[in-house]
Amino acid sequence: MSKNVRLKHSGLRDTAIVGVGATPYYKRGESADRSINQLAGEAILAACADAGLSVRDVDGLAFYSLARAGYADQMEAGEFVETLGIRELRFSAALTGGGGGSAGAIGLARAAIVAGDASIVVTVMALQQRTRLGTVFAAKASTPLASFVQPSGLAGPGHLMSLLTRRHMHQYGTTRDAFAEIAMSTRANALNRPKARYREPLTHDQYFGARMLADPLCLYDFCMESEGAVAVVTTSIERARDLRQKPVPVVSVAHGGTREWGRAFSWFGMPDDGTFASSGHKSIAQRLYQRAGVTAEDIDVALIYDHFTPMVLMQLEDYGFCAKGEGGPYVLSGAIRHSPERKPGRVSVNPHGGQLSEAYIIGATHIVEGVEQMRGTAINQVTDAELALVTGGPAALPVSGLILGRDR
Amino acid sequence: MSETGIATALPAELVRITTDPSTEPFWRAAKERRLVAPRCADCTAFRLPPTPFCPHCQSASVEWVELSGRATVYTYTVVQGFPGLADITLVPVVVDLPDAPGARLVTNVVGAAPGDVRIGTELTVDFHPISDGWLLPVFRIADPPLGGE
Ligand SMILES: [Zn+2]
Repeated sequence: MSKNVRLKHSGLRDTAIVGVGATPYYKRGESADRSINQLAGEAILAACADAGLSVRDVDGLAFYSLARAGYADQMEAGEFVETLGIRELRFSAALTGGGGGSAGAIGLARAAIVAGDASIVVTVMALQQRTRLGTVFAAKASTPLASFVQPSGLAGPGHLMSLLTRRHMHQYGTTRDAFAEIAMSTRANALNRPKARYREPLTHDQYFGARMLADPLCLYDFCMESEGAVAVVTTSIERARDLRQKPVPVVSVAHGGTREWGRAFSWFGMPDDGTFASSGHKSIAQRLYQRAGVTAEDIDVALIYDHFTPMVLMQLEDYGFCAKGEGGPYVLSGAIRHSPERKPGRVSVNPHGGQLSEAYIIGATHIVEGVEQMRGTAINQVTDAELALVTGGPAALPVSGLILGRDR
Repeated sequence: MSETGIATALPAELVRITTDPSTEPFWRAAKERRLVAPRCADCTAFRLPPTPFCPHCQSASVEWVELSGRATVYTYTVVQGFPGLADITLVPVVVDLPDAPGARLVTNVVGAAPGDVRIGTELTVDFHPISDGWLLPVFRIADPPLGGE
């Protein structure tokens, strides 16, 4: 069997993404003339229109992050059903955790469809920055467990991840040049994208001249504080073939993680065997590849959750694009730069500009890009890409991953 | 950007802890300026933060062990400013506790220039006032400093 034939038959392929939709992407405060539920509704309607479906036919909702919209707002299934005119809801569930579940929410949609509970399932995320994510923990009430982290003044996610980053630099000799390369290559991918928030090139000098926010992380290691909403429609592969778009099959999907990772940045007890200075995704990667019957070498384009540049590097290691500890030299070799042509030993990472340069909607934009790459309609297309990897954020469990493919 | 000053802890009024039956002995001891950690009474594994079950053997029996107060920097960050406190310099650290192997604390180095903190720097415990009369374990560079990398 040729490689392409093998890849076309690999994995689950019993469900497919058939529609994606998004609002424009806004800077902080810019979408304040609309409620967050209006943003979510706009994305849902756009995704249904993309699929050629009526929103009335949606019968399932598969959220992540406990159905929160961002960190301060809560989405309610009943509200969407009532206010959008969905006829009958048959499935409504959310992955626990936070942005770690973004890719895995498609697995929740798949579970509902394969079980026969629902047939057209929407996953949606919306975000407004009324509470600043960058210092979200400083504003949060304490809990008995958070009382063992919060008092140290680790005010936001970047502060937490700077501690893993420092350890990675210490253990493996990783340098800030590698993080700069991730920031600069991601920015380069956003330059030609009309919806991207940042479309000016980022230079080495700008990166190293930027203010430190949580040493060793500087301004450009942090994703942006943006606003907007993204929705995705998943259905069975059979139904997908009758709809408007070329189906994008779910080849593999997994969420969860191991005890050693646990609450990750909320306890910092991860063992010193390469787990602490990692993304927590290693077990997800293994399960994902096993279910798909593929390896990292088969992945044509990688949509890696980029809330912080070093976490991209650690995911590249955990997903096997390079050996553990080799993430620095790997990215510095130019391996993650977008190229339309797939070459061995490299992979196009976040050709949509990611959360660092396009928009941060808690992982949902990576799913959209995965779908466009598999349809062959991406702005920065990897030619004839057969498999796209989409990851959820390195975070407290569950973390998650998704492999999308092309239909036969 | 403000000048980086001597590292401190957050002011008392900004730090408010809550407790539950598993964690309260830790804070009660801290209030008496004692650093303690829970050790599984069955398999002797230490754990932090204090939680109801031993993750290794699932036992709910705990012995509270008083520690020497020595610690080693496992990793650290340097943060200039906190919401409402532009000039504060914080050095949040994750520390290993040599007499509670397997348990780590997330805490602050205080009273030191951030540049003097490295992975492996040896520390000793001190206690810093926080809200509601509690004391927070924080750490100072051990004297004499072993410092450097
Ligand atoms: Zn035990």
